[in-house]
Amino acid sequence: MTSSPILSPLPDAQAQCEKLAELIRPTLTPNTALIGIFSGGAWVAERLAALLSLPEAPGMIDISFYRDDFAEKGLHSQVRPTQIPFDVNDRRLILVDDVLYTGRTTRAALNEIFDFGRPERVDLAVLADRGCRELPIAPSWCVWNLELPDRKTGLTLCRQTPDNTLFWKVECHA
Amino acid sequence: MNLAIRNGHLVDPKTGLDRPGDLFVSQGKIIAVGAEPPGFRAEKTIDAAGLIVAPGLIDLSARPAPLASDLAAAVAGGVTTLVSPPDMEPTLDEPERVQRLTRQANDLELARLLPLGALTRGLAGERLSEMNRLAAASCVAFSQGKSPLPDTRTLLSAFEYAATFGFPVWLQPQDECLSRDGVAHDGEVAARLGLIGIPVSAETVALSTLITLAADTGVRLHLCCVSSAAGMEMVKEARARGLPITCDASIHHLHFSERAIGFFNADARFNPPLRSERDRDAIRKGAAAGEAALSSDHTPQKQDDKQLPFGSARPGATGLELLLSLTLRWASEENLPLPKALAAVTSRAADILGREDLGHLGIGARADLCLFKADDAWTVAPDTLVSENKSTPFQGQTLLGRTRFTLVDGKVVFAAA
Amino acid sequence: MPDAPLPPQNHTPQLDARGALAHLLCIEGLPRETLTRILDTASSFLGLADREVKKVPLLRGKSVFNLFFENSTRTRTTFEIAAKRLSADVINLDISRSSTAKGETLLDTIDNLCAMHADMFVVRHADSGAPFLIAEHLRRMGYDDIHVVNAGDGRHAHPTQALLDMYTIRHFKQDFSSLTVTIVGDILHSRVARSDIAALSALGAGEIRVVAPQTLLPRAVASLGGASCGARVFHDLRKGLADADVVIMLRLQNERMNGALLPSAREYFQHYGLTPEKLALAKSDAIVMHPGPMNRGVEIASEVADGQQAVILNQVTFGIAVRMAVMSMLAGR
Repeated sequence: MTSSPILSPLPDAQAQCEKLAELIRPTLTPNTALIGIFSGGAWVAERLAALLSLPEAPGMIDISFYRDDFAEKGLHSQVRPTQIPFDVNDRRLILVDDVLYTGRTTRAALNEIFDFGRPERVDLAVLADRGCRELPIAPSWCVWNLELPDRKTGLTLCRQTPDNTLFWKVECHA
Repeated sequence: MNLAIRNGHLVDPKTGLDRPGDLFVSQGKIIAVGAEPPGFRAEKTIDAAGLIVAPGLIDLSARPAPLASDLAAAVAGGVTTLVSPPDMEPTLDEPERVQRLTRQANDLELARLLPLGALTRGLAGERLSEMNRLAAASCVAFSQGKSPLPDTRTLLSAFEYAATFGFPVWLQPQDECLSRDGVAHDGEVAARLGLIGIPVSAETVALSTLITLAADTGVRLHLCCVSSAAGMEMVKEARARGLPITCDASIHHLHFSERAIGFFNADARFNPPLRSERDRDAIRKGAAAGEAALSSDHTPQKQDDKQLPFGSARPGATGLELLLSLTLRWASEENLPLPKALAAVTSRAADILGREDLGHLGIGARADLCLFKADDAWTVAPDTLVSENKSTPFQGQTLLGRTRFTLVDGKVVFAAA
Repeated sequence: MPDAPLPPQNHTPQLDARGALAHLLCIEGLPRETLTRILDTASSFLGLADREVKKVPLLRGKSVFNLFFENSTRTRTTFEIAAKRLSADVINLDISRSSTAKGETLLDTIDNLCAMHADMFVVRHADSGAPFLIAEHLRRMGYDDIHVVNAGDGRHAHPTQALLDMYTIRHFKQDFSSLTVTIVGDILHSRVARSDIAALSALGAGEIRVVAPQTLLPRAVASLGGASCGARVFHDLRKGLADADVVIMLRLQNERMNGALLPSAREYFQHYGLTPEKLALAKSDAIVMHPGPMNRGVEIASEVADGQQAVILNQVTFGIAVRMAVMSMLAGR
């Protein structure tokens, strides 16, 4: 794997989180709750919850059990438990992910959320939208639209230890 | 007919002969070894260059079924004489059945078949069989095969009756109660796989009974398929006391331990069970020391009878065609000279049978011969075995030693293609 | 002396060429990472029971056949629930009464079900090794995408029970390396004991003890668990319980209570039954487990079974999640 020169320097993910928080802030109601998709989306959701001073911890979902490519790829080797520490019924949910791509992950996450109950509304907040959608899904908020050369180029959000700083990484899968 | 076997390497386990030489046969008997007798005119000559010329193998336990395919398998494996236990289908407890079997075997003109008569009627262990009538029908000794004879009172009577007429008794030492329901050696593998165990004591308790009763009655006793170190030790001790007792062990117990079962390999199910490595090593040493003969304990099983959960699968495997190669493998692993190794399947077996005309290359012996190429590699596979039922734990293994010619009474009954 | 080369069946038949789990037949031979991964996956399934919809679509469209050649409504039900929560179609076949009675062989039955496009067989059989025979047959016939889960074979193995036991222990005790685990009862006939010992040894348990009279122990019991982590044998329950962290009680089958192995249930309880007084010899925070169904007053006193230290019902709950984990890992190989 090599870093792609075309996208350097990469934008500051920390700053992008702040920008995303500001986009969301006007729509907040006491009924709003965040749900992040493991792993990048969960980190962003945690940042957003802090930036927006939300009283509740965000929910975290692992969509491994809802993936549509299970038959081909099998179970992800690192499944984490989905944890939604609140009742989703009649809540205004904001589903948070790091990158929006084909839309399949969002589809799986929506299915999983509806197995917990019937929310009043679900919005989608992402840091990056790299296009190439395969399903009729669009973000409610996005702070970075970008084009990547091909499917082999991966855009990943990473978290640095121990200070939990978020940063982007572009990798070329040979 | 006069036959000359030239340019071979002669091996006679009885005399220790182990050198190149020619062999001359007339009217089914060996008439000269080495120099051609004056005036001998060979009507047929076999060029045995590169081959070992040895006495035909004597398999002390083989249940040929179906008869034709297994007698063909026997000669393909260099076996010229096989002893058939009475637990065949049908049971050899009636003279007519024995006569029918030997007649069928003779008509095939392949290997020599020596039947063991049932010691008790129907092998039920209750009433004595008509031993004299069975002996007249060619039974060479009396046996229960793998069927138990748990009633020691009946056993004592059977020994007394057999001893009265000088009939040898051949029994597999296995206590019925201690081996009941058991399917594997009561050791590590059975513990791990949850298989019902047969303890070594099933063998030693039975041996103790058999040896004691043999000593009391004077019966000539042969113990079949001894499987344990403790069992070998008891036989050795009884022989040292001068008792007329002999024993054999199977080629499976010579080469495999309980570990061959792996994860429920039904091909490794035997009666008696494959035991520990220590037991296997004792069998190897006992056979090398001349305490035990070797048999194939050929008990062919149909595929359907093996493709069952381990405990339901039938014990036993094909072996007639493996006897030679597995004896050679044991010889090479234990660094035994060829005459000493082949003694376990020729001269020692003939001694057990009390047959001076078999199992050696001496003048006057029957010309039962096995001509084999010792370093010929072959792989045990369904298409290399002649026997109809092919299940064996040696499946897929590469062995050395392939028979080229087999002769019975001076007549070529097998010649490799 | 070198052993003759061993037949192919000697290799763990449940891992495929890439080392992935193709079948779950026994614990023995599974690497620690595989066991840990099953337990980790199970913990993700555990929360499912709290949702409005208690199922996930992972095995949608797959057919899971429960082949119970030996009756066990209880175990069958847990597999059925697990499969249904994964959205599989579950077909229960009570074979002890149907085909085998008509002379059809085990492998005939399997061939028939393969022709019906089965995706997974959950097999309970009275003969040790039966699921191995099935897995080997599937391999020979080229059915590489049909998976076998051993739901208990004879006295041999009950791997999902062992996994749920390990889940339970890990849930309450976290680290295995410092634990003393005491297994009490009929080890000889117990597939649970064999699988538990294999799993504890693979996960590196500190000390594994077995407690039973000699009549209920396999002769080579000390070799269970392998050379590195063999089980320590005790005949005295009090000594076996001393400072134990985990106590696993085994069920004593009715037919073994009066006969050649044991004189009576009463005498057994006196020596090997777990009472509050004997349990007090274990660590004060020791947990008590039982694979069920329990014989109260035979192997375990009611005060213990219903007491604070018993985690027997947790085992049942965890059992569903563990079975879901196993099925999903096999099906999505």
